[in-house]
Amino acid sequence: MSDIIGSDRQQRSPESGGEKPPEQDEPRPIKLVMTLALGGLISGLGIVGVYEATLSTITEYRAQELRAAVFKVLPGVTQMQELAQESDQLVAVVNEEGEESRDNTIYGGYDEERNFVGYAIPGEGPGFQDTIKLLYGYLPTANKVVGMEVLQSRETPGLGDKIYKDLVFVGAFSDLPIEPTIEVVKKGRKVSDNQVDAITGATISSRAVVKIINDTNSTWLENLPTPGNEPPMQDNNSEAENVIQ
Amino acid sequence: MLFSNTEDYEEFSKGIWRDNPVFVQVLGMCPMLAVTNSAVNAVAMGGATLFVLVGSSFLVSLLKGWIPKQVRISCFIIIIATFVTIADYTLLALIPTVHKELGAFIPLIVANCMILGRQEAFASKSTPRLAVMDALGMSSGFMVALLALGAVREIFGTGTLFGIELFGPAWEPWVIMILPPGGFLTLGLILLVFNWMSQRKAMFLERVAEAEGSSQ
Repeated sequence: MSDIIGSDRQQRSPESGGEKPPEQDEPRPIKLVMTLALGGLISGLGIVGVYEATLSTITEYRAQELRAAVFKVLPGVTQMQELAQESDQLVAVVNEEGEESRDNTIYGGYDEERNFVGYAIPGEGPGFQDTIKLLYGYLPTANKVVGMEVLQSRETPGLGDKIYKDLVFVGAFSDLPIEPTIEVVKKGRKVSDNQVDAITGATISSRAVVKIINDTNSTWLENLPTPGNEPPMQDNNSEAENVIQ
Repeated sequence: MLFSNTEDYEEFSKGIWRDNPVFVQVLGMCPMLAVTNSAVNAVAMGGATLFVLVGSSFLVSLLKGWIPKQVRISCFIIIIATFVTIADYTLLALIPTVHKELGAFIPLIVANCMILGRQEAFASKSTPRLAVMDALGMSSGFMVALLALGAVREIFGTGTLFGIELFGPAWEPWVIMILPPGGFLTLGLILLVFNWMSQRKAMFLERVAEAEGSSQ
């Protein structure tokens, strides 16, 4: 290992040349390892710091977004609570503060007199590029889908993203009978009530949305209690839901 | 004055026109083509890149004496990746709607070769002050390029600019403009115009020089 100071190999701009300590040409491997380890450590600390600092805002935003979506897909609903399937029964869930929402839950929507209105059911499935996550409102008495909101998707900007930007397409889910299943047809070919016009240029994304709703229906609907036997709105739950961490 | 001396101004302004990272150096093509289907996305991407480039250039020029040159690229990447992650979380917390639009492309700023290129070519050899000036200029140039491409593609692809309707309901959008081929097409045409203009300028300067030579 040579200890020659490689001044000719240090090409610094003139204004900084004077203040540089002379470097060895070949530092020992341990120094390289230490530099990278130290860099990684500091970088990790910085990222953890930012993560911690933004986490509460981000989870709050996600929870707010979900609540807003529930009220959006279920018109006339003013209160909501989370419902989960437990030993063949649908029961209300009270989330501890800071606890993440469980996976296998749906949301019950209630009007001001605490009467049950409908379910908001989250579903997900493959889209054109990545998983599409959406939430739709379902009225068990009418057996209809009454609203659909895409929560997360990476569909092609300008085409596939019309599944939530195209108001005509989104509006098609505001009063949609689901018997026997929802079908996608080419734009303008709609003949019966349970059909949805596909978006021109985004047929795959349109089909994906409908398939997600159909698949989620087939897993959830048979497990739902008969109309009139829905779990009642819990007293403490509305408060607990408001304090979202 | 923002620029107290001409050297600062020189480092800042070269990135906007003469050494524009997109039009002249043809760097950073991945985000360039991916997120420029609307002007808003272009501005948001430009802003995130500006933050990352200025932050990492400053840090790299500060730390240049401590980073052994054998591992400098890895160190630059660590620094860049840290700033990208910070930008990612900050955007998600502060303006979630924009983050939803840009989605996957924020983490990909790490791989933007324009940023690594500035660290290697400039920040690691200059004072923090000049490195920041250079970073500001380069990212402004990048922003200008993104905006030019994003505006053209949005106007033709959706008939809007910054979401404002331009042509009324009779306008039939050119769907290809917001798809990847439209990005390549627009970029190619802009590069054509840019090169044509620099060629004209070079010819003009040549002729001026000739005229001065013959008049003497």
